[in-house]
Amino acid sequence: MGKVTQQHSLDRRDAVARLLQDRGDLLVVTGLGSPSYDAMAAGDHDNNYYLWAAMGSAAMIGLGLARARPDRSVLVITGDGELMMGVGGLATITVAQPANLTIAVLDNGLFGETGLQQSHAGHGVEISRIAESMGFAWTGIVRTREDIDDLRGRLDDRDGPRLATIKIKGGNPPRVLPPRDGVYIKNRFRSALGFNPI
Amino acid sequence: MSSGEDTATKDWQEQILPTLKGFDIRHVVYVPDAGHSAAIHAAEQDKDIISLPLTSEEEGIGYLAGAWLGGERGALLLQSSGVGNCINTLALNACAKFPLLMLVTMRGDWAEFNAWQNPMGQATERALEMMGVRTWRADREDDVIPLLHGAATMAFNGDAACALILGQRLIGEKKWVK
Repeated sequence: MGKVTQQHSLDRRDAVARLLQDRGDLLVVTGLGSPSYDAMAAGDHDNNYYLWAAMGSAAMIGLGLARARPDRSVLVITGDGELMMGVGGLATITVAQPANLTIAVLDNGLFGETGLQQSHAGHGVEISRIAESMGFAWTGIVRTREDIDDLRGRLDDRDGPRLATIKIKGGNPPRVLPPRDGVYIKNRFRSALGFNPI
Repeated sequence: MSSGEDTATKDWQEQILPTLKGFDIRHVVYVPDAGHSAAIHAAEQDKDIISLPLTSEEEGIGYLAGAWLGGERGALLLQSSGVGNCINTLALNACAKFPLLMLVTMRGDWAEFNAWQNPMGQATERALEMMGVRTWRADREDDVIPLLHGAATMAFNGDAACALILGQRLIGEKKWVK
C-alpha cells in the first residue's frame, strides 16, 4: 500500500474543542500523547480520564466504562496509531455492543509523538472501514467542522457503538499537559461519579 | 489414561464464579483456556455477570480499569501464554493503582507435551512480579479458593494488581494422542 497524500484540513485542537463543546455529562477517555493534550487544551474536567501509557488501551477503557455506566455517554478520543495498536479491541467492542460508546480517532496518518513517522493510517488504512466491517453500528469520516457538529450530535444517542476518524492536519501544537499522577486522575474521575477512594 | 489426566469438571472450578461474586465482581473478561471453561460457562449463564471474550489478554486490563472508573469490579481469566501479552499494559496498574484480579491457568510447568509453551509458562510468575503484580500459586485443589479469596481481598482493598496462578497439575495433563 503506497503513500497517501495528506490533504486533511482540520486543526486538531479546534476539532477536539468543538467536539467537547457543551459536553454536559459526557465521560471522556483520552489516548496517550497528543489526544490527551488536545482534551486538556479544550479544558480540564473531572470527567476526563487521561492516559499517559498503556498504548492501545484507550478504546477498551472506554468500553469498560461504558458497560459499567450505561446511563452515561462515553467518548474515547485517541490517535490513529494508538487505536491500531489495540485494533483487535474493535472486535471485542462489537461483541459487547455498547450503545453509549463513541470512539473518535484523530487521524493525521502520523506517529506524532515520535517524530512524525508515517503511520498505517497514513499508508492508507482507513480505521472507520475496519470498524464498519467488524460490525460497529455507526461509522463515519469527519473532514469538516460541520462533520464534527454532526458527530457531537450523536454522542448522546443510544444506538452505538460508533467510530469516526477525524482527518486532522499533521504537526504538533504546543503541549498542554494534563496531570501525570495516575492515582490522582483516577480518584478525581471516580469521585466525580460519587465513588470514594478505598 | 495418563497420570493426572482428568477432563471432568473439578469442584474448585465450580467454586470460582461464586467466589468472585462474593466479592461483588460484575465483569468477567477472558481469553479462553480449558482450565477456565467451567467458570466461563457459568459466567455466560449468569444474568448478574457481564462476560466478554477478548481478542488478546491486555484488552482485559484496559476494560477492567474502565469498569473500575465506572464503579464496578471485574476479573481477568487467562492462560500463562497471555501474561506475556499484558506486560506493557500493566504500567496502567503500576501508575494508577487500579485493582486487578487475574486468574492464570498454567502451561509449561508440569507434564507439558508442547514445549513451545515452556518459555512463557516458565517466565509467567517472574514476569508478573517484575511488573508489580503480586502472585499466589495453587498446586493443590484445597488451596485454590482460599488463595483466590486472599488475592481478591488484597486487590480490591489495596488497589493492587494480584494474580492467582493455577498450576498445570491442578488442571490435568492435556491428552494429545488418543
